[in-house]
Amino acid sequence: MPGAFEGETVTRRGFMNVVTQGSGLVAAAAFTLPALGFALGPLFSRVPFDWQVIGAPNDFTKTTYATKVLTIVQGIGEAGYSIAYVRARDPSIDVEPVDEYNHWVALSSRCMHLGCPVRFVAAAQRFICPCHGGVYDFRGMVAGGPPVRPLDRFYTRLNKATGLVEIGPRYSVNSELHRFSPRDPGQPLDGIGQYLYPARFDTSSGPAGHP
Amino acid sequence: MPKLPAPPLPKVLKPLPKRPGENGDTMTPGQTAAEGGIHVVDWLDERTSLSGGIRWLLFRKVPKGINWFYTLGSATMFAFLNQAVTGVFLAMFYRPDVTGGAYESIRYITDDAFLGQLVRSMHKWGASVMIILIFLHMARVFFFGAYKYPRELTWIIGVVLLILTLAMGFTGYLLPFDQRSYWATIVGVNINGTGPFIGPYLSDFLRAGPEFGATTLSRFYAIHMMLIPGLIAALIGAHLYLITKLGISAPPWMKAEEEPELREAEI
Repeated sequence: MPGAFEGETVTRRGFMNVVTQGSGLVAAAAFTLPALGFALGPLFSRVPFDWQVIGAPNDFTKTTYATKVLTIVQGIGEAGYSIAYVRARDPSIDVEPVDEYNHWVALSSRCMHLGCPVRFVAAAQRFICPCHGGVYDFRGMVAGGPPVRPLDRFYTRLNKATGLVEIGPRYSVNSELHRFSPRDPGQPLDGIGQYLYPARFDTSSGPAGHP
Repeated sequence: MPKLPAPPLPKVLKPLPKRPGENGDTMTPGQTAAEGGIHVVDWLDERTSLSGGIRWLLFRKVPKGINWFYTLGSATMFAFLNQAVTGVFLAMFYRPDVTGGAYESIRYITDDAFLGQLVRSMHKWGASVMIILIFLHMARVFFFGAYKYPRELTWIIGVVLLILTLAMGFTGYLLPFDQRSYWATIVGVNINGTGPFIGPYLSDFLRAGPEFGATTLSRFYAIHMMLIPGLIAALIGAHLYLITKLGISAPPWMKAEEEPELREAEI
């Protein structure tokens, strides 16, 4: 090993190289890493969701949907609103297992193709998307067009203290109405889809024991 | 300091030689001003040697047969400069406020501000013009075979510039914050989300959360006016350096001229 004196294992030039480049790296990391963490932080902070009152149990029928405006993001005005289509559960058509969170069926208005707002057309008993022609049947299952999965749903519950119906976090479903944590539109959840589009860190979680 | 040879100036711009019998002491004010200008340029050049660089950049040999198609790259660059200049001044009036301030500030620019509608329209229509020019420029380079050795890196940088420009279009579309821009952004972010594995996290990054939220607009604004323009300007610099360094390719229909000596040597 070349060196200025007997037994030197690191040359002065090599030592200086390591020190200057290393300190430059540390200095660059000192401003890059906090800035990156700051920009990426929202991906990892879970957004809370409050249960919101949407009406009395008798406001909802089995045969048609009521349109309810709910706030999914607080403090940003109209941009934070979303629409839920709500009806009472009809055991003759709603074959998915019943629990305390689906006595009222609340469908999200966002199309599962790319997120445009669907509209319930009572005459056709269909949900129709204006953007690319997605069509869903009365239960929110895909009836035609490009959507990759049924309309997202919201947890609903009866608040026993007040006797009012409340709406909770959103969840996604596959074509068998199996529940998944909320996914973005355009992400299929059947077959390999549930592995290609993993759950995210920042979505509000459902009631205890639910996705 | 050795003086570099003067660039090929037209005759009218060249300094006139002194007339016989004129002594050099008396100068007209115009001559004094011209002399002063030359001194300032000399002072700068002695310290920076910029004239050599400018001559390297501007007084290049170009191949025979170049035509108007070769101006599409410069046209794209001027479209970018138009976007940069109008964008800086639009930023003086724009407020990235989701609760209605953004829409109101755009309304103010369009309806009330002096020349606001003109400057905003230059930015809005200039964006489309820039995209169109980029694709025409790319088509010229592709069909003339100008991407081939040794210009592959220029092509790669150009592709990155294309992607960055499309990202500019995507982020800029949200800023007026009307119904069209809101829903177009929802759709665009969800298209990003359909990428396998990283898609869900990419759309979360773009929205700064699982839903379109309070900071989504300011995030798009920061990306649109600071992050990407800096990258584009730097990459245009690299693109231009490579063009100057490697020279412009001849059109494919031009045949290379043989040296007459070589022809004789063959015989």
